[in-house]
Amino acid sequence: MNRYPLWKNILIGLVLFFGLIYTLPNFFGEVPAVQVSSGKATLKLDAASLSGSIEQALRDAQIPSTGLFVDANSIRVRVADTDTQLRAKDAIEKRLNPDPRDPTYVVALNLLSASPNWLTAIHALPMYLGLDLRGGVHFLLEVDMPGAVTKRLDATAGDLRTLLRDKNVRHAGITREGNSVQLRFRDAGQRDAARSAIQGSTADLQLADRDDAADDLKLVATLSQAAQKNIRDFAIKQNISTLHNRINELGVAEPVIQQQGLDRIVVQLPGVQDVAKAKDILGRTATLEVRLVDETPGALDAALAGNVPFGTELYKERGGAPVLVKNQVVLTGDRLTDAQPGFDGQSHEAAVHLTLDAAGSRIFRDVTRENIGKRMAILLIEKGKGEVVTAPVIRSEIGGGRVQISGRMTTTEATDVALLLRAGSLAAPMEIIEERTVGPSLGADNIAKGFHSTLWGFVAIATFMCIYYALFGFISVIALAANLLLLVALLSLLQATLTLPGIAAMALTLGMAIDANVLINERIREELRNGVSPQAAIHAGYERAFDTILDSNITTLIAGIALLVFGSGPVRGFAVVHCLGILTSMFSAILVSRMLVNLIYGRRRKLDSLAIGQVWKPGN
Amino acid sequence: MEFFRIKKDIPFMRHALTFNIISLITFVLAVFFLTTRGLHLSVEFTGGTLIEVTYTEAPQLEPIRNALATAGYPDAQVQNFGSARDVLIRLPNRDDLDTNGISGRTMATLQSVGGPAPELRRVEFVGPQVGKELASDGAMALLLVIFGIVVYLALRFEWRFAVSAIIANLHDVVIILGFFAFFQWEFSLPVLAAVLAVLGYSVNESVVVFDRVRETFKKKRNLTTPHILDHAITSTISRTIITHGCTQMMVLAMLLFGGETLHYFAMALTIGICFGIYSSVLVASPLVMWLGVSREQFMKPKKEKEEAVV
Repeated sequence: MNRYPLWKNILIGLVLFFGLIYTLPNFFGEVPAVQVSSGKATLKLDAASLSGSIEQALRDAQIPSTGLFVDANSIRVRVADTDTQLRAKDAIEKRLNPDPRDPTYVVALNLLSASPNWLTAIHALPMYLGLDLRGGVHFLLEVDMPGAVTKRLDATAGDLRTLLRDKNVRHAGITREGNSVQLRFRDAGQRDAARSAIQGSTADLQLADRDDAADDLKLVATLSQAAQKNIRDFAIKQNISTLHNRINELGVAEPVIQQQGLDRIVVQLPGVQDVAKAKDILGRTATLEVRLVDETPGALDAALAGNVPFGTELYKERGGAPVLVKNQVVLTGDRLTDAQPGFDGQSHEAAVHLTLDAAGSRIFRDVTRENIGKRMAILLIEKGKGEVVTAPVIRSEIGGGRVQISGRMTTTEATDVALLLRAGSLAAPMEIIEERTVGPSLGADNIAKGFHSTLWGFVAIATFMCIYYALFGFISVIALAANLLLLVALLSLLQATLTLPGIAAMALTLGMAIDANVLINERIREELRNGVSPQAAIHAGYERAFDTILDSNITTLIAGIALLVFGSGPVRGFAVVHCLGILTSMFSAILVSRMLVNLIYGRRRKLDSLAIGQVWKPGN
Repeated sequence: MEFFRIKKDIPFMRHALTFNIISLITFVLAVFFLTTRGLHLSVEFTGGTLIEVTYTEAPQLEPIRNALATAGYPDAQVQNFGSARDVLIRLPNRDDLDTNGISGRTMATLQSVGGPAPELRRVEFVGPQVGKELASDGAMALLLVIFGIVVYLALRFEWRFAVSAIIANLHDVVIILGFFAFFQWEFSLPVLAAVLAVLGYSVNESVVVFDRVRETFKKKRNLTTPHILDHAITSTISRTIITHGCTQMMVLAMLLFGGETLHYFAMALTIGICFGIYSSVLVASPLVMWLGVSREQFMKPKKEKEEAVV
């Protein structure tokens, strides 16, 4: 009665075998590597040709590599030690970026798993270590969604103006007020014409009439729910991709940039210790806007005196000179597809060359045609405060979407501005609402402490079980080890992030997992105490304990799932391991230990006693 | 080896009232400390900034406090953490100060104090909104766990078991919180995780006993309810103690080797395990008895034959 069919043994064996294989990569540690990623938002990494030239560069410099790995955003080369790593970085850098002032690729130092290539090939990868275990910075950023909506409304006001002019509808002014755009008309006929023109061109706006006076007719346009949702989705996506570009520019290895909730973004930069620098990278929460300069005579003086004319704002230029800028936004940074530093063809001054997308070029052509001789300001808005980067005079109509900004700029400034523009602007401002930094020594400490506490706990339990339950205790310990193996394998397979609370959960899960084996062993002893034959006792022990194990594990799982659903950060790290641990412990405590018991005792016809420690009977 | 040589069922239920009075007193004390002292919530819940630095030799705390006060943080808490060389600084959230630069400015202030140079170990800055959300998420998780467990036990056993198990285990949770309030230990997110894990773990205990109660009800027809409970508890007591012992060994290893970060996590678990064993045996079972559990509830009603007898 205590025999498993062959297929069941093989199945359990296979599961353990795969567990072992997928656990393996965690033991190899990490070796130095060089990571190559795209240095420009516009440049896609061409893996095939690039890996060829990287290999060629390494061959020329006679640097041995131990593997080349390609993923979606980067190519990584593994080398033997840190000295070779530096030499390899230089060699690759020289080959890929012939012009160091304008790097095409980011070549950064990195760490890669040292596990053999065949393991990597079957996607047996080590667990991802959380920041608390390897050090680095963590930021939680909140996107200013009302800001994104307001910005869209400003742009909408501009679009409506263009639209009405194209359709020859006369209006008496278009302004954004709060969360709506108000269009004024002198007569109802024009208003109706405007309404049908707007409805024909966009479905994003909801229109309502409002009559303040007989000659003051208004059309109030508000964004529909769907449009607002689109704006929010776009804002967060655009911000994430902008952050990607910015961090990419700085060559941080394996950054994590994820959306969390509706309006939050998590950024983790492993290995970065300098918080100020990290904030500098992210903190350039700049949005780019192109607006026209208000050059009405006397307006600037009035503004300086504290009387800013309606519809304009006062900003300072980089040099400190005040500039009065109109509220209406001509273009925003998301119309920009590329920005490069360079030189003006005629004056040989430093300049920034911009490339706009199709819609952007059309708007830009219209605006420049109508405003020749006037000044146009390029504003960089950081944390609600704007600065005019440059305010050149429009000399001619600019078509084709290629724009050059020049004048009063050094080469470095041009490079900076280009970098800022190229990395993309944010669709909405962001604010850091949570920040964590973990030093590398603390990370290493945490790993060591977590590992030691698990190890010593395991040793204590194993010793006790072997003494108390003899052979059955030993089997339980093997089952427990199998549990740990499967848990680590599962976490590696899922590429879960291991954190310190995760290690704690692993330890706790092991402590709780032994419960199932204790239940079984106690039950077998009890059956023996009642005078049942050894074979029947094993059978009854496992059968009867099963219901109890199921019930108690499901209640624990309920708690685990609740933690998973509502937890965040450390709680979630704990919950993931806890839940998976409960599942693997059911498998190992019931199936693995039963298989071992079956293999040892199952074939014996005559069985006098079980090595399960002393079974004391009340009668004796 | 064999620890438990129990000849007769131990009459746990005879002392049920005494145990429950003890429980009630501990519970009331815990609630008292929770209301009067409150929990010492970590920066994760309250929002604010927490900076952990380590020095090569023990620094004087007073100059650090003064320097921070002059730098615009008069309400900064500076204390030793773990060893005399590690210093923990807490700064509450303030509207008038720019939150983004806090860690950088604090480190600059610390460096200006003089003496040994500080090494930054950890910085946590949490905005007030995030803290509030964490607290409400934590409360939701607690409610979900309670609800889930009650429903599961009610389906699997009977409502009396569900109710008494959850009362017994909430009693554990409140007592853990009471300890944290009394000693003013820091209540952080990992501690919350530990408390919820204890809830699952402690119910686990009750389930094992209840499972045996159900089995005994079915098997032994001539015993009274208190006797059945005594029998069920006695026959599982060896397992209960060994399991708890093993889990406790693991948690103790965490308490000893886990360092500061896991300290209070392990502490919450230790208290939870000690009270879990007590409450599942000596609180949950008497409650089931007083709620009027009986054998009939486990007997499947015999189906009446519905065909007419011809």
